[in-house]
Amino acid sequence: MKILVCISHVPDTTSKINFTDENSKFDTNGVQFVINPNDEFGLTRAMWFKEKQGATVHVVNVGGPETEPTLRKALAIGADQAIRVNAIPTDGFFVAKQLAHVVKEGAYDLVLGGRESIDYNGGMVPGMISKLTGFNFINTCISLEVDGSNAIAAREIDGGKEIISTSLPLIVGGQKGIVQESDLRIPNMRGIMQARSKPLNVMEPIDSNSEINFDNFSKPDAKGSVKLVNNVNDLVELLHNEAKVI
Amino acid sequence: MSVLVYTESEEGKFKKIAFEAVSYAKGIANMLGTTVTAVSINGKHTDQLGKYGASKVLSVSSEQLDNFNALAYADVIAQAAQQEASNVVIISSSANCKYLAPLLAINLEAGYVPNVIELPSSIAPFNIKSNVFSNKAFANAEITTEKKLIGLAKNAFGIVESETSSIQENFSPVISEDNLQTKVTSVEKSTDKITIADADIVVSGGRGLKGPENWGMIEELAETLGAATACSKPVSDLGWRPHSEHVGQTGKPVSSNLYIAVGISGAIQHLAGVNSSKVKVVINSDSEAPFFKAADYGIVGDAFEYVPQLIQKLKEFKRNNA
Repeated sequence: MKILVCISHVPDTTSKINFTDENSKFDTNGVQFVINPNDEFGLTRAMWFKEKQGATVHVVNVGGPETEPTLRKALAIGADQAIRVNAIPTDGFFVAKQLAHVVKEGAYDLVLGGRESIDYNGGMVPGMISKLTGFNFINTCISLEVDGSNAIAAREIDGGKEIISTSLPLIVGGQKGIVQESDLRIPNMRGIMQARSKPLNVMEPIDSNSEINFDNFSKPDAKGSVKLVNNVNDLVELLHNEAKVI
Repeated sequence: MSVLVYTESEEGKFKKIAFEAVSYAKGIANMLGTTVTAVSINGKHTDQLGKYGASKVLSVSSEQLDNFNALAYADVIAQAAQQEASNVVIISSSANCKYLAPLLAINLEAGYVPNVIELPSSIAPFNIKSNVFSNKAFANAEITTEKKLIGLAKNAFGIVESETSSIQENFSPVISEDNLQTKVTSVEKSTDKITIADADIVVSGGRGLKGPENWGMIEELAETLGAATACSKPVSDLGWRPHSEHVGQTGKPVSSNLYIAVGISGAIQHLAGVNSSKVKVVINSDSEAPFFKAADYGIVGDAFEYVPQLIQKLKEFKRNNA
């Protein structure tokens, strides 16, 4: 089985969110970038397929050279090979077009992405790739087993879960559950050393338009400070008369 | 040229987010000088959509679509959009809508913006504002394609009544077997409880509650308020509560009217998942807990003392306001 894991290079959750160039660009100053958490769950599941079922695991990102440390981290965790599509991602559609091309060229059986990236929260790339490639697609996937060309997955739904049967080739939008938090791996020294000599191929992008122009960004108004009360009567009174939520 | 809106239902009953989506569609239709057509898959009493501004409802009844199937549902909505020559399509932000949206976007060749919070600021160019960076920022984006797909953030626009006489039409799309290859074999779902996605109020517990045996008062508080129960990540990781209750960045998102956090310190990953809730209340014995910076109302104190009092007070309040 040949697996491709799509890795989004995103600011760490604790990052300060600021914008530059007249609020048109995310300010990367002092920001630490990480593997998108939802993608990391998928990558970790891919490691399981590699170790238990002999799968080959490639990772891919669409981005500039500054995203390579994030790909190297994925190699240090255990991926065999990395691909960087050398383009600045402009919108989800553009990224999906690039990745769909990589998927087709690489003859992958299983593509693992995340439910959403924690920066733009688009949640559209895996689904778009599936439609562009004709792969089956499961979103918000919380468990995945593959047996030959058959796959059994669970999908989180509002208030519960669904068990789904489908077949390869398949693309998945994963999230916590596809592996548990405790299964996530911190690269060890041996992995980091090996990652240095693993292939990281740079591919030029295919021609594609974008559909969305991000003109500028803004931030919510600073929140007023919390109103502290010391008894429940005042709290209920405020929730009823001031906040009007009960 | 009408604005098309997909109205989600469950076992025939429309969800609140469907009414909100129709309300929003009506707002856009007014800007465009056109009308709203709703499409419903196995929804009953479709005439009620007129109340929020739908002039026409396309009703699909199909046993093949009894279980949600993203590919098949997206295809039905695309066929409806084609029939109505709709250039603007509105969907909600439920798990199912987010699943089908990218498929629909490619199908329609429509630019898709999810998590939209307002009506467009202009129609030409088509500029729209959405939540990004886990609700820590807004993006103002232009959709440059002729067709537009808009995913409305829950609770962002609200339900607005706009009584319209609506025509009910049966709609029989072509349902291709190819779209039904991914099959739901079983569903595990608690039917007696309000889900986090549907709830107006969510009551959430954290490690401050010391153990799963203490969740009785959280459930009672939730029941008193007609709320859903939720929990922080450590609580689900410890197995005190099911994973399906975990809210936060890697758990479920919450955008309720009221979020009550009991014994939750408010780690940044937790706040990322809940900060689109309108009003946040925190009860925590640690006055330094970061959640107090994000909350609207707070009580610094022992949950075991205050939560039972709050339940009593709310029961009294309900009796007086019934």
